[in-house]
Amino acid sequence: MIYLHLFWSFLIANLLGYGGGPAIIPLVQNEAVNHYHWMSLSEFSNLLAIANALPGPIATKMGGFIGYQMGGILGCLVALAATILPSAIAVIILFKFVNLFKDSPKVKLMTKSVQPIIFILLAVMAYQFFFSGFQKSGAFNLILLAFLSYLTLGKFKVHPSLVIIGSLVYGGVFLS
Amino acid sequence: MKPYVDLAIGFARTGVTGYGGGPSTIPLIEYEAVQKYKWVTVEEFGEILALANTLPGPIATKMAAYVGFKVKGGLGAVVAILSHIVPTIFGMIALLGVLYKFRNSPIVGGMVQGVTPVIGYMLAEMAFRFFQNGRKGLGLSKMLIFSIISLVFIQFLGVHPGILIAVFLISAFVIASRKEKAAKDSSGKVIQMKEKSS
Repeated sequence: MIYLHLFWSFLIANLLGYGGGPAIIPLVQNEAVNHYHWMSLSEFSNLLAIANALPGPIATKMGGFIGYQMGGILGCLVALAATILPSAIAVIILFKFVNLFKDSPKVKLMTKSVQPIIFILLAVMAYQFFFSGFQKSGAFNLILLAFLSYLTLGKFKVHPSLVIIGSLVYGGVFLS
Repeated sequence: MKPYVDLAIGFARTGVTGYGGGPSTIPLIEYEAVQKYKWVTVEEFGEILALANTLPGPIATKMAAYVGFKVKGGLGAVVAILSHIVPTIFGMIALLGVLYKFRNSPIVGGMVQGVTPVIGYMLAEMAFRFFQNGRKGLGLSKMLIFSIISLVFIQFLGVHPGILIAVFLISAFVIASRKEKAAKDSSGKVIQMKEKSS
């Protein structure tokens, strides 16, 4: 049963996520946290923290880990298959016909139409993280850390894994 | 054997050096696939990318699937995808295993608190990127209206995002078909000629 749920939820999340891995994050959250209650929001945020600290595609890291946690190796494989296979097979098959619809106004408008939803989903998640930071460590730490994130990631393009390690150290020393 | 080894090395390298999820890994994949190993030409890579962007799901694995398939068929695709994703999945399981083991330690609790705002910022940045994409594609006013509609339905009315996405996709398909039809009716001959020449 769990395998079926894993397969179904990662299939849905990845079929609906237009815009690559980042677009899939809130959809996975919706399935894993809100719908199936596999993990709490704070566990999901740990997962996202580690996933962002590591390289490679984000969707497969989430799928691989949640699948492994819920159903061992087989669960991991099931979640990964649901994540990767449909779009991988589609891209191989459809490439022969790419010229038929690459410039199709239908496909273009469909891709565009999803952007507002993904934007809202990610914005709501960002808000949840900020709000949970505010509740657990207070306004001062939240503003300081968010501002430092902006400086390092947004302005000076510091490597994201360094920023995450830095914030882990800060939290381990000052917030424990 | 050599092509498989090359595929494995090329995609493992892009998998463990690309940060920020699939989309930011694309230039690294292009370097391996076009410049280093010459599996595909620049034009073909551009076409695969365009196709991958119109399909849902993770981008990097779609690129790996196509390039691997082109080089060595189905097995090539499997090799390319697995070498791209497996190393970091092991990393995930190992690191989170350690984190969960010490989850009751106050230090780990503090670390989680420390990283929460950073992830919030990263998500906000991703959200902003999608906002910019939507603004470019739909125009500012439509982007705002549809964002507010999405917010109300998903956040306040509790509609599953999948349903909303399906509704938006179908409406876009219908609207684009109507526009196409209208354009065809008004200038049918021009479009027919264009289609023939392409």
